[in-house]
Amino acid sequence: MSGNAAPTLETARVVSQEALTEDTMSLWLEVSFVPKARPGQFVSFYLDDPSRLLPRPISICDFERRLSLLRFVYRIAGEGTRQLSLLRTGDSVRVMGPLGNGYPMEEMAGKRVLLIGGGLGIPPMLGCLTDAYREPCDRESFRLPPKAVNAALGYRSAPFMLSDFSEKTHVYLATEDGSAGVKGNVLTAIREEMAPSDLIFACGPKRMLAAVASYAAERCIPCYVSLEERMACGVGACLGCVAKTKSEDPHYHVPYRRVCTDGPVFYAPDVDFS
Amino acid sequence: MRPDLSVCIAGVTLKNPVMTASGTFGSGKEYGAFFDISRLGAVVTKGIAPVPWKGNPVPRVAETPSGMLNAIGLQGPGVDTFMAEDLPYLAQYGVPVIANVCGHSEEEYLTVVEKLSDTDVSMLEINVSCPNVREGGIAFGTDPGKVCAITQAVKKITKKPVIIKLSPNVTDIRETAKAAEAGGADCVSLINTLIGMKIDVRTRRFILANRTGGLSGPAIHPVAVRMVYDVSHAVGIPVIGMGGISTAEDALEMILAGATGIAVGTAFFHDPQAAVKVIEGMEVYLAEQKISSVRELVGAVS
Ligand SMILES: Cc1cc2nc3c(=O)[nH]c(=O)nc-3n(C[C@H](O)[C@H](O)[C@H](O)COP(=O)(O)OP(=O)(O)OC[C@H]3O[C@@H](n4cnc5c(N)ncnc54)[C@H](O)[C@@H]3O)c2cc1C
Ligand SMILES: Cc1cc2nc3c(=O)[nH]c(=O)nc-3n(C[C@H](O)[C@H](O)[C@H](O)COP(=O)(O)O)c2cc1C
Ligand code: FES
Repeated sequence: MSGNAAPTLETARVVSQEALTEDTMSLWLEVSFVPKARPGQFVSFYLDDPSRLLPRPISICDFERRLSLLRFVYRIAGEGTRQLSLLRTGDSVRVMGPLGNGYPMEEMAGKRVLLIGGGLGIPPMLGCLTDAYREPCDRESFRLPPKAVNAALGYRSAPFMLSDFSEKTHVYLATEDGSAGVKGNVLTAIREEMAPSDLIFACGPKRMLAAVASYAAERCIPCYVSLEERMACGVGACLGCVAKTKSEDPHYHVPYRRVCTDGPVFYAPDVDFS
Repeated sequence: MRPDLSVCIAGVTLKNPVMTASGTFGSGKEYGAFFDISRLGAVVTKGIAPVPWKGNPVPRVAETPSGMLNAIGLQGPGVDTFMAEDLPYLAQYGVPVIANVCGHSEEEYLTVVEKLSDTDVSMLEINVSCPNVREGGIAFGTDPGKVCAITQAVKKITKKPVIIKLSPNVTDIRETAKAAEAGGADCVSLINTLIGMKIDVRTRRFILANRTGGLSGPAIHPVAVRMVYDVSHAVGIPVIGMGGISTAEDALEMILAGATGIAVGTAFFHDPQAAVKVIEGMEVYLAEQKISSVRELVGAVS
């Protein structure tokens, strides 16, 4: 599985869950696999409902590594996430993780990093920020200077999770309706405030990612984007979740990569956004 | 005494009747983290074509009540990569490997069959029932004449036991099963997926890029049990039953209906350990019912 650590299947304990907005939930889970999890990876949530077979993929939003906790922030998008939103402290939920590759955190060393998140692509950016400043550990032994990692966040309207970021770093903020920060999308904010960067990690709607990818390409900034696709197995077995890439898959010899195992994070120049 | 789960299909002994359904188990590596693959009766591979196949555009999968639709379109690495990379990997488990073969034309099927005949695969499963490719697949599998012809052509060039995988998208599945038997098939497997469709009412668009997809999972289980029952009474060769099996009870139902072997497919997506649970559940059932061998149950419904 392209060098990813083998995932763990387990019953996790719900530590807490709260609503951030009318339809956005923040969930903390205690799981055994925190040590091998990295920012940008995701977890499959199995529902306690035999009529809904497929796991719901949700990105890891944040880490509390000492307590073995992971945070998830998700939108109630349909019946599956509605059922997840009912979980309360002490409940259990069947999960599998960590899944996918995650962002290449080691590339942050010595760089000014811009984390770009749009909408429900914002949560995984927080994990990148947290892990960038975690105490050096055996896996990623580099220490970034303060303010080396900044965030650019784009919302439709009222921001959520804003203080999670602004407590730790500078935030370039944009809202589509102009209710906070710059009116427009996240690239408007980046351009207007001339956000410096020599490495970009991004997650958000596909249109935003395509725009970020071409912004980065014009400036020769290495850029990694996290893609979303409909999934069934979540572990690379069903070939349901492929994304079009410019290079060939080394095993399948076709220009399709599995988002669940080869992604969700891709080197932006390799993604075929057409 | 431990109950005997072993079965024999076309001269190949399986330590239990539980296999993986083609296309749901990747190249075999993916589920290795969740259970010991050597516990399976056999591993059935994803469809193998002569050359790499791209498959269909996304979205390729959609959840439906107690099931799912898929239109993967047989993305696969091609027979050469399969032989060089996947087969040696699977061989280490010491479990019989059943290679699932697909093609756009008779010639393509035969190219794959010929190459695989010189390998260690235990059996060949000829997929004449994929609903997600335009040529080959189901275009062969719904016409008894073509099923018979392709079976004969395959049998002529290989000594490996041949399983013909049947489509449920026909008026009477016994006709295609009999055609496979007449063509010399050693076994038939059923069912492949049922053609379905899902529409997003908000966007008024098809959910799958391919518009239609194959329905699988618990939703199709009763249909599969009925078809296995019908086919096992229409032919004299062994039947491998699949379609929505997720528990030992589902598997036993299929065996009582007439299946000698069974396969677990979509259930892996809901529970990666489903196949082992099926095996363990069958052992418990046989012990409780004081039945010494699972073979006594094949077709034993009355
Ligand atoms: C790698 C990855 C990470 C994700 N991370 C997050 C996150 O951090 N926060 C968040 O709010 N959402 C995230 N999503 C989207 C989330 O998976 C869907 O919103 C969720 O599956 C919807 O399930 P549902 O039952 O509520 O909706 P329904 O529409 O009822 O779901 C029906 C089926 O469609 C699938 N589905 C629906 N929407 C999506 C989607 N956008 N992407 C993939 N599958 C979908 C469901 O999994 C399910 O199989 C992520 C998706 C992927 C692929
Ligand atoms: C994602 C997916 C991919 C499949 N790919 C193949 C394939 O390559 N060849 C084949 O013969 N059947 C394929 N099938 C059909 C299954 O092998 C099986 O016949 C069917 O799904 C019914 O069993 P189930 O309900 O247990 O999944 C596929 C099914 C699914 C869900
Ligand atoms: S979801 Fe099955 S391969 Fe990615």
